[in-house]
Amino acid sequence: MDQANKFGFTINRSRLIDYDRSDRKVRDYVTLMEPSFRLCFACGGCAATCTAGYHKSFNLRRMNTLIRRGEIEPLREEVTRCMLCGKCLLVCPRGVNTRNVVAAAAAAIRKLDRNEL
Amino acid sequence: MNSELFIIPFNLGLYFILIYSVVRSTVWFRDLSRSDKLRLQRGFFGRPFMQSIREIFMESLLHRKIFRKNPVLGYMHMSLAFGWFLLIVFGTIEADFFGERHLNPPSHAIFFRWFNPGHGDTGFASVYNFWMDLLLAFILSGLLLAMIKRFIPGMMGMKKTTRHTWVDRLALISLWLIFPARLFAESFTCGANGSGSFLTGNLGATLASFLPAAQIAPWFWWLYSLALGTFFFLLPVSRYFHIPVELFLIFMRNSGITTGDRSSSYTEVQTHACSSCGVCISVCQMSYAAGIHNIQSAYFIKGLRNDRDISAITANCLMCGRCEEVCPVGIELGPMRLIERRQGERQDSIPGFLERYSLTRKRSTIERLPTQSYSYLEREDPARADVLFFAGCMTHLTPSVIAAMKKIMESAGVRYRFMDEKGGVCCGRPLMLAGRDREARELINHNSDIIWKSGAKILVTSCPICYKVFRESYYLEAQVMHHSEFMKNLIEEGSLRLGYLHRKVVYHDPCELGRGSGIYEDPRSVISYVAELQQATQEKNMSLCCGGSLGNLTLASGKRALIAADAAKILTQSSPDELITACPLCKKTFVQATDTKVSDIAELVAAALPEPARKARSRIRRMTARTLADG
Amino acid sequence: MKEALKHIVVAGGGVAGMEAAGALAEMGFRVTLVEKNNDPGGHLGRWHALFPDRRPADEVRHYLRKRIEHRNINVITGTTVEKIRHHGHEVAVDLSGGTEERADAVIMATGFDLFDARRKEEYGYGIYDNVITSAELEDLFNNGRIVKADGKEPARVGFIHCVGSRDEKVNNNHCSKVCCVTAVKQAIEVRKMIPSCEVFCFYMDMRMYGPYYEELYRESQEVHNVNFIRGKVSEASVNINNRLVIKVEDTLAGRPLKMELDLMVLMVGMEMSAPGAKCAAASGLPAGINRFLETADHHFGNNLSSMKGVFYAGTCTAPMNITDTISHARAAVEETVRYLNRR
Ligand SMILES: Cc1cc2nc3c(=O)[nH]c(=O)nc-3n(C[C@H](O)[C@H](O)[C@H](O)COP(=O)(O)OP(=O)(O)OC[C@H]3O[C@@H](n4cnc5c(N)ncnc54)[C@H](O)[C@@H]3O)c2cc1C
Ligand code: SF4
Ligand code: SF4
Ligand code: SF4
Ligand code: SF4
Ligand code: SF4
Repeated sequence: MDQANKFGFTINRSRLIDYDRSDRKVRDYVTLMEPSFRLCFACGGCAATCTAGYHKSFNLRRMNTLIRRGEIEPLREEVTRCMLCGKCLLVCPRGVNTRNVVAAAAAAIRKLDRNEL
Repeated sequence: MNSELFIIPFNLGLYFILIYSVVRSTVWFRDLSRSDKLRLQRGFFGRPFMQSIREIFMESLLHRKIFRKNPVLGYMHMSLAFGWFLLIVFGTIEADFFGERHLNPPSHAIFFRWFNPGHGDTGFASVYNFWMDLLLAFILSGLLLAMIKRFIPGMMGMKKTTRHTWVDRLALISLWLIFPARLFAESFTCGANGSGSFLTGNLGATLASFLPAAQIAPWFWWLYSLALGTFFFLLPVSRYFHIPVELFLIFMRNSGITTGDRSSSYTEVQTHACSSCGVCISVCQMSYAAGIHNIQSAYFIKGLRNDRDISAITANCLMCGRCEEVCPVGIELGPMRLIERRQGERQDSIPGFLERYSLTRKRSTIERLPTQSYSYLEREDPARADVLFFAGCMTHLTPSVIAAMKKIMESAGVRYRFMDEKGGVCCGRPLMLAGRDREARELINHNSDIIWKSGAKILVTSCPICYKVFRESYYLEAQVMHHSEFMKNLIEEGSLRLGYLHRKVVYHDPCELGRGSGIYEDPRSVISYVAELQQATQEKNMSLCCGGSLGNLTLASGKRALIAADAAKILTQSSPDELITACPLCKKTFVQATDTKVSDIAELVAAALPEPARKARSRIRRMTARTLADG
Repeated sequence: MKEALKHIVVAGGGVAGMEAAGALAEMGFRVTLVEKNNDPGGHLGRWHALFPDRRPADEVRHYLRKRIEHRNINVITGTTVEKIRHHGHEVAVDLSGGTEERADAVIMATGFDLFDARRKEEYGYGIYDNVITSAELEDLFNNGRIVKADGKEPARVGFIHCVGSRDEKVNNNHCSKVCCVTAVKQAIEVRKMIPSCEVFCFYMDMRMYGPYYEELYRESQEVHNVNFIRGKVSEASVNINNRLVIKVEDTLAGRPLKMELDLMVLMVGMEMSAPGAKCAAASGLPAGINRFLETADHHFGNNLSSMKGVFYAGTCTAPMNITDTISHARAAVEETVRYLNRR
């Protein structure tokens, strides 16, 4: 409702990343727990090699991007699918500690639900 | 002054510690699982008992292991422990033999000289006296070394001694005072009475020549008794508690109790049996190669003991197992850390001084909820095969290993199926290393299902990480083999004919294969068939970790690189032509860290295969050349 | 009275070395050009047609060859410069074979090495037949036919960008600058030689930094129908038909993608040349970021070394294209002359 007013036309809320209103708690938590999270340049190497992603939608590159934008909803289910196999760790050209990013993201989302962030 | 009052502190301390020990052991025993209780009971009346006695004698008294590592340090420990033991034994005999009554209370033996000031000038008694003085001198020499070590730690070949709390410091002071106090107490008494042997007699005579020995002596007897009493009182909450606990640990271990996968009174006993000796610190690559100095097992155990929030310490370890290999107390440090990883978060709850005597302190952990779920995996129906090859996740990033394995199996005429050719499901070991066993079980069930359905008799994997979990946590009919074992079998049964490569190579034992699974010889014998194997300075059970370990979730890539560079440098000291490993992860890690060629053992063997296989390739090359020339 | 000609040694006979030698000779200096290989030319000798305009590399080679045909220039080939050191007022240059040259100044133009694609094992170079490097594709262009290992023409070719560049795992964090546009150029070339062949470029970022580069990129899409997929290829394997299968994420579609290829071209990056690095280390010239030679100032001293009388030209300082290499070499000449005049 306020969205519609602000823009003067109706816009499907979920289509818009409202960066000014986005929730940065998850991003801040993940960055704190794994500083190398900031290094990701979205090459997709991790997502290409991912063991879990071969079977079901799970995409670390996308997850990184979404967390940075404060978009947590689409991740809730996905984030539980990583097997910690470590292939992404060997592939990442930026030296992101990928597995810990997933672990931190999963923890952050759980904490968010419990109002602990 | 009633001269005998000074025995009170000693007596109080002694009876306190005896009762405390009995109660604490009883509680520990009570908290054991049923099967472990049975083991301990059976052990107590069987062979394990004698074994334990022997071990206690060799390790807790003589400190044989430390002796071997470092004779000076060994002597120090031995003189204190064994010397004190002998002093008590012979003191008791002395009191019994020379005293006026038999079956004296312990204080009588401890303060024998006070009660028998003029004893022992002639005959056998003087010989005995000499012996008792010798024992005292023996202990004092060890004490001197301990003091030197405390102030110049580098001298005994140890990099760091662990930090102390005020309780530890007080306990240390009382311990250090015991024997000097006894020396002076006895000397003054002897000096006043003109008795004593070479040590107490001479020192006593000298002191008595310019001091009122008879007046001073009681003060030192008081000091002696107070030091003993204080030490006994503080024992359960000081770092010296490990001394009695280690005895208990030895009995438990020899009875066949192991750490298992959840905390129990066995983990509790191990926690308290750590002597903070610091041996584990000096072998940890995280420390000397990566410059991370607060996560080593000594600190981990200390954090456990003091109920600190150690989640960061627990997580930041390579799980390489080098520390466990050298721990003189034999604490199962790997399983202990895994148990801690399985727990949820822990809150700092630093116990007060008195609380630390408590027998039933509960750890403040929050149960970790499962975070992962793999219900999305679909069941598969594999074709049947006798031999299954499971490359493993990592191996898909080292295609030369896969190519080599294919070539080897084809050459040996092995009919196999490549289970994860199109990418499989992770074996579950990385999850277990992160303490997520429940989740790992889902993957294990998924893979087990495929393996069972295939009807395979042999499951070959080229990844030691998979190998370990297949062997230990899967219920399979198939025999699990690491590719090095498999190749060894092929060679020995004559299925593989190999040439000899004139290369000098060094072999690196991957953590999960070597220390993790005890496979040291198979890869070596395979290598020796095809190349000249040089020795590495640190190998087999003391082999280095490459730094790539999946056992650490938090270690930054820069730190990993430091560990890899250091390990690679040590491994290539003899300038080999090739550095051979048997793990795709080690290979990937080392390639980044050294200019020496790094290969998997399968690649080495494949290179030694006879010509035909290679001819086919060169024919293709020639063809390419020809078409190029034509064009 | 005519003063004896000042003497300058140029180490490395690639684009940079040849241009510098030519310019100095023209200005009346005596030059000794030392080249490790049997012919001067450097990497340019291997290229077929050059970006951005696809002019034949021969034209530039011809220009450079003419440039060093000068009586003031003495070319020594098959010889490596091993060490540069001060000797009184002069600079002494140790050459392989134990000889020594005395000079008033030295220009280091030792160039680059191509990244050894074996170090990126997951791409299967040296393991699978149909994985080649961008340099090897130039060889095929020069041979006039693009064929797979079995001698047949490929129906689908993939170009993998950033192989050995921008990759912490091979200790190279830098961008090699020329490989994006080279891939576009080569993609067009392939499409022109085999019109039925599909061509894909797998990139992380398209770095079209020079004049006409973006236009070339545009042309490749508009005229030649080259496909671009944004994603870093993670691994390659072969299937039963001996076709390559690569795994990549189509990051713009947000989903993993699998594709069969007949020929996979690895766009290998530039690294500091090994003989150049060896010489620099022996001479005490510091290596900078990603092991290229460190210049005295990144803005106004980009040809200056830390050693008096020693100057840098070309890709021994950082990846660059031929245009920039020539400019850099001329700037090095200017710095050298200024130094000699001031002395
Ligand atoms: C695949 C590919 C395609 C390219 N295509 C183009 C293109 O189309 N257009 C374009 O503008 N640019 C192109 N480039 C870039 C171009 O190749 C370089 O800009 C140019 O080669 C740089 O020249 P250089 O003299 O600095 O180095 P190099 O060409 O490497 O020459 C250095 C020379 O020094 C010699 N040398 C090294 N060390 C020593 C020593 N110690 N002693 C003696 N000699 C030594 C070497 O043997 C070599 O001959 C391409 C690059 C690549 C990788
Ligand atoms: S560790 Fe997780 S995210 Fe990385 S490749 Fe394995 S399953 Fe995928
Ligand atoms: S591989 Fe590394 S840099 Fe690339 S998308 Fe994944 S995390 Fe980011
Ligand atoms: S864990 Fe073992 S090696 Fe480490 S300090 Fe304790 S007793 Fe010593
Ligand atoms: S397991 Fe390895 S990394 Fe961990 S504390 Fe022990 S020696 Fe250090
Ligand atoms: S120029 Fe393009 S392909 Fe080359 S390293 Fe840079 S981004 Fe990668």
